[in-house]
Amino acid sequence: MLDPVESLQATFPDAVLDVLHFRGETTVIVKAEQIVNICRHCRDTLGFNFLSDVAGVDYYPQEPRFGLAYHLYSMIDNQSLRLKIYLPGENPVAPSITSVYPAANWQEREYYDLLGITFTDHPDLRRILMPDDWQGHPLRKDYPLGYETVQFTFNFDEINKHKPYARE
Amino acid sequence: MTHADEVHWQGDLDELRGLVSERAFTGETMVLNMGPQHPSTHGVLRLALELDGETVVNCVPDIGYLHTGIEKNMEAKKYDQALVMTDRIDYLNPMGNELVYCLAIEKLAELDVPLRAQYVRVIVAELTRINSHLVWLGTHALDIGAMSVFLYCFREREKLLDIFEMISGQRMMASYIRPGGLWRDVTPDFEPAVRDFLDYFPRRIDDYEKLLTDNPLWLDRTQGVGFLSAQDAITLGCTGPTLRASGVSWDIRKAIPYSSYDHFEFDIPVGQHGDVYDRYLCRIEEMRQSLRIVRQALDNLPDGPFRSNNRKYVPPPRSELGHSMEAVIHHFKLWTEGFRPPKGEVYVRVESPRGELGCFLVSDGSPKPWRVHLRTPSFIHLSALPHMSNGYLIADLVGIIGSIDIVLGDCDR
Repeated sequence: MLDPVESLQATFPDAVLDVLHFRGETTVIVKAEQIVNICRHCRDTLGFNFLSDVAGVDYYPQEPRFGLAYHLYSMIDNQSLRLKIYLPGENPVAPSITSVYPAANWQEREYYDLLGITFTDHPDLRRILMPDDWQGHPLRKDYPLGYETVQFTFNFDEINKHKPYARE
Repeated sequence: MTHADEVHWQGDLDELRGLVSERAFTGETMVLNMGPQHPSTHGVLRLALELDGETVVNCVPDIGYLHTGIEKNMEAKKYDQALVMTDRIDYLNPMGNELVYCLAIEKLAELDVPLRAQYVRVIVAELTRINSHLVWLGTHALDIGAMSVFLYCFREREKLLDIFEMISGQRMMASYIRPGGLWRDVTPDFEPAVRDFLDYFPRRIDDYEKLLTDNPLWLDRTQGVGFLSAQDAITLGCTGPTLRASGVSWDIRKAIPYSSYDHFEFDIPVGQHGDVYDRYLCRIEEMRQSLRIVRQALDNLPDGPFRSNNRKYVPPPRSELGHSMEAVIHHFKLWTEGFRPPKGEVYVRVESPRGELGCFLVSDGSPKPWRVHLRTPSFIHLSALPHMSNGYLIADLVGIIGSIDIVLGDCDR
C-alpha cells in the first residue's frame, strides 16, 4: 500500500501545494489545472475507487475565494483522502472530474448552480436545484438570505403590493 | 394510447437537446413528462422520459422542486440552532441527520461523548432505520400494486413514532441528539417500550415476507429489473442497500465505526443480482440486523451521564443553576452567544438508511458554521437512476424509483 501523500508528491511535484493534517484527516491542496490527472492517479494507482463527495465553499472575502473539496475513499484499503483546490473570485473555472469519477456529475452541476463555478468538459452543465432562469448563485456569501415581511392588519395592503405572487 | 396528444410532451423539446436521442426530434420516439406531481415519484420529482413504445430509451431527472436552501440557512444560525434544520432534510431519518451533524461538531471540537449517550444514539439511529425502511417498504409495495403491505407497515411505524415521542416530545423532528450527547436522558418507560417492540416486530417482518417474498406477482415485477453491476454502483457513487444489493459488502458502520458501533455484533446483508428484488431482500434483512443491534445496546446500556461535562459546549444541569455562579455564566453564554469550535474543516460519514450520509463542516472560529455541506445519498442515487432504468419498461421504472429509496427532501435539501 502506497502512502497517498508521498506518492502524490513524487508524481506531481509542482501540483501539490500543501498537505494538512487535522483531526486525523489528510488534506492535499493541489493546483486546479492538475485535478483531473491527480484524480486519475488516485483512482488507478492509489486505489481510491470511490468518490464520496464534492463540497464547494465560498471563503469570501478571502482570495482565492472558492474552495472545492473532493472526498475520496478507498474501499480496498479503507482510507480517506481529501483533495482540495482553490479558485479565484473572478470567473472561477475548474476542470470537471466526471471522466474519472462519474459520481461527480450532479455534484459539479450543484456548484455551477449554487456557487457559479464553471466546469470545463462537463457533459451536461445546467442548473440543477434552482430554476433555469434564476439570477445569481444563492450559496455565495454576498447573496443575501431572503425573508418575507410579516403582514399585520395595519400594513396588510402596503405589503401585499410588493408580495412576489406567481405571475399570471 | 388513444389520447396521445394529451400526454405528449407539451414543452419546448429544445430544452432536452443533447439529453434525449435525435430520434425524439423526428417523432420516432415519444417524450413523456412524468411528475412532478405523480404518486410514484415519492415526492416532487420530475422525469422527462424518452420512450420507444413502452421501453425507456432515456430518462432525464429534473430535481429542485423541494429545494429549501437548508445549507444556506444553516450558515446564518448558531450551531445549536442549525441542528433543528438537519431533521428537516431527510424527514424519514431525522435522528441520523442529527447524528452526523453532531459527530462533525464533536470531531471539530474534540468533544467527548459518554458511553451511555453513544449507546442511546445507536438505539435511536437503528430504530430510525427501521422506521425509514417501513415507509420505504410500504410505499414501494404500493407502487407495484401490493396495497395491504402499506397499511401494516404504517401500523408498526406508529409504535416507533410513539417511542420517539416518549423520549424527545416529538414524533418526527426530534432534535434529540445534541452536540456532546443527548437532549436529556431516556425516560424510565423507554426500555420496556423498546423491548416490547423487539419482541413484537420480528413476527411482523415475517408477515411482510409472507406477503411479498415468494409472491409470484412480486417476483415478476422485481426480479431482473433495474440491474446495476457492482462496478457501476461504485463509480456512480451508490452506497447503502443499493450498493450492497449489487454484491459489494461495504457498510460504514463496519468499515469506519462511529458512535461505538464496533461494540455490537451484526451482519451486513449482501445481494447477488443487483436488481430491485435484491435491494428489497437487503433492506428486509437490515431491519432484522437493526433489531439485533438494538437488543445488544439495550442489554448493555451503561449507567452514567447522558452528555459531556464540557461546559463550553454543553449546558450545565438545571440543578446547578441555583447555587453555582459559574454554571449560570456558562448557561447564559451558551444560550446567548453559542459555542465557538476551533477553526478547521472536517468530514464525517454515517450509514443512513439510504446510504452514505456525509457532513462537511467548515468552521471559522465563530459561533455560526461557515459552511455545512451534507452529502445526501438520495441526490447521488437519483443521478444513477438513468443508468438503472434505460432499457426497461415504463412500468418497471416505478419499481426502480422505489427500490433506490429516494427522499426528495434529502435530495434537494
